[in-house]
Amino acid sequence: MAIRTDRSTTLLSNRMRVFLFSASLTLFALIIISTYLSPFGYMTVTAIKDRSMIADPNAPILPSKEATFNYEGQELAVYLVPTEDGKVHEWAILKKGREESTFIDPTNLEAGPTEWTGRWRTLERVWSVSPVWENFSEAWKGLNMPRLLRNTLVIAITGSIGTLISCIAVAYGFSRFRIPGKNILFMALISTIILPEFVTIVPTYVVFERIGWIGTWLPLIIPHFFANAYNVFLLRQFFMTIPKELDEAAMIDGASPMRILFSVILPQSIPAIVAVGMFHFMWSWNDFFQPLLYLSTERELQPISIGIQLYNARYFAQPHMIQASSLLGLLVPIIIFFLAQRIFMQGIVFTGVEK
Amino acid sequence: MTTMFSEFTLRNLRFTRGKLSKLARREANWGLLFLSPWIIGFFLWKFLPMIASLVFSFTSFNLLHREDVQWAGLENYIRFFGDPLAGVAIKVSLTFALISLPIGIIQPILMAALLNQKSLRWKRIFTTLFYMPKIVPMVSVVYIWQGVLNARTGWVNIALESIGIPGPDWINTVAWIYPALVLIGLWGVGDMMLYTLATMQGIPTELYEAARVDGAGAFATFWHITIPMITPIIFYNLVLSSIGILMYFLVPYVLKGPNGDPGNATWFYGMYLYKEAFAYSDMGMGATMAWILFLFAIVVTIILFSTQKYWVFYAAEEV
Repeated sequence: MAIRTDRSTTLLSNRMRVFLFSASLTLFALIIISTYLSPFGYMTVTAIKDRSMIADPNAPILPSKEATFNYEGQELAVYLVPTEDGKVHEWAILKKGREESTFIDPTNLEAGPTEWTGRWRTLERVWSVSPVWENFSEAWKGLNMPRLLRNTLVIAITGSIGTLISCIAVAYGFSRFRIPGKNILFMALISTIILPEFVTIVPTYVVFERIGWIGTWLPLIIPHFFANAYNVFLLRQFFMTIPKELDEAAMIDGASPMRILFSVILPQSIPAIVAVGMFHFMWSWNDFFQPLLYLSTERELQPISIGIQLYNARYFAQPHMIQASSLLGLLVPIIIFFLAQRIFMQGIVFTGVEK
Repeated sequence: MTTMFSEFTLRNLRFTRGKLSKLARREANWGLLFLSPWIIGFFLWKFLPMIASLVFSFTSFNLLHREDVQWAGLENYIRFFGDPLAGVAIKVSLTFALISLPIGIIQPILMAALLNQKSLRWKRIFTTLFYMPKIVPMVSVVYIWQGVLNARTGWVNIALESIGIPGPDWINTVAWIYPALVLIGLWGVGDMMLYTLATMQGIPTELYEAARVDGAGAFATFWHITIPMITPIIFYNLVLSSIGILMYFLVPYVLKGPNGDPGNATWFYGMYLYKEAFAYSDMGMGATMAWILFLFAIVVTIILFSTQKYWVFYAAEEV
């Protein structure tokens, strides 16, 4: 075993080792994350492809179109042309013949037309990168995006208001009042997260059908005015971190419980409230099952989750349109998420774990 | 740090009844007023439908001929257990659960472990990016993966072919549809990853220092300290995923339609239930299937909760 005497080299090599470890770990994470998110790349690239690329097995991965060259007022197709000297040229075809064709070199017009022996049909086309942004406007119109956005926004925003009002009230009740049997009620609340949705969906559907709510937005909005376990749990956790002395001081000043909620609890809980509002908004935006049950016959009222699906059923063999509409569908949630990701992710942690 | 489930204790079940003073009565009334949206909602959307569903399951209730509702006794149950398609549905759901549950448990732990590394740079950006797929609408997720897994033009097969492996037809063959569904599921673990990461960050550093003093390596430390300390969140994930997987059907529904293609491989229990109840409007059979699922879920939950004492470590109770 070697005994190191030179302290500075040890230090340096230690720092070097720490740096190398950190760099290779970060590189590893970069590789993992790019693989993990690569389907988004596929979506984006496919969404801006031209229709002609979809069927062509030789088409490149990036959105491109077949290159052409304008020669004396004619649009000529550009091919990869191999010659006898082993080189491959990008030449534009001037005159097509069965066994012999005439080409022109776009980079060297002075050389004039060149005769080439061989079948031009066996040649590969040259592709030039060119995104087709029109796919989005086509999908926007085909999906009837303004209508879908309006429907989704109405459902999501009214539902969020209902969730906020009811969950704030219930969480306040659970966190601040001594009620006989409160613990049992709270356990019942938590148990509802493991109650399979299928058990309640059949009778609920029958009741909605009886009272004429099928084909309306009401089944997607009204139930959210009755609180839900996850968001009550989150808000209760948050309210419990607010010192009780604050409410007691307000109470001594004669404030009613309602007043305490509005002037003590709520101003301190803005991040949790924003998080709950966002959770419901996102959940509602992404919900597929309920609109499928209640709105499958009402095209005019469908939100975006269902609208995209019906649209894509018509475009079965057109991946570029399917990906363009997928992109339109995820744009709003992604933007909201990136604008408020810190509050959003902290809120998620709060719904699942107690500190 | 513990989970929601730690509220399930015997202490919480105790119900103390006694005469309340006038002041306490007033406080309780205010409290009940605030709880009332949930109490009413619980009866309206959970308890009554649950009971109604049980009653429906003993009838021949069909929305298409609603005038003619007959008491059917156990007929729906007998029909269900004699139905070969029901057998297929149970087999498909259990098979897929066995494949996807372990991955759904392990993947968020591995991701959180990576994000919890001290020497990782740009942690917040990585966390945000790893979480991001979770907020993409389900229909977009399915369409994106449908494209990525396309046998001819999808990136997965292009990548496989570039290293000389011929890629399979992921979404149209019985053998590859489950791996395809598992791949799609890789995008759904964001919440669990965040819970796990938060729990890992809450592990007292003294524990790691003690392990270092004892000469434990990185792997031993992870196995003997990190894993036991995150068992509450693993348990939470296990319970929720086990119940969630029993109801799994939306992804295959959007990907392959409601008929269980290819070759009954996606004939999940939820798909069958959905068709019986909402395509054929047979509410009696739908309710029967829902209650069979519910009873099974209760058994699974009880079994899972009873194993808790052997492997789940709640640090808070020890202190």
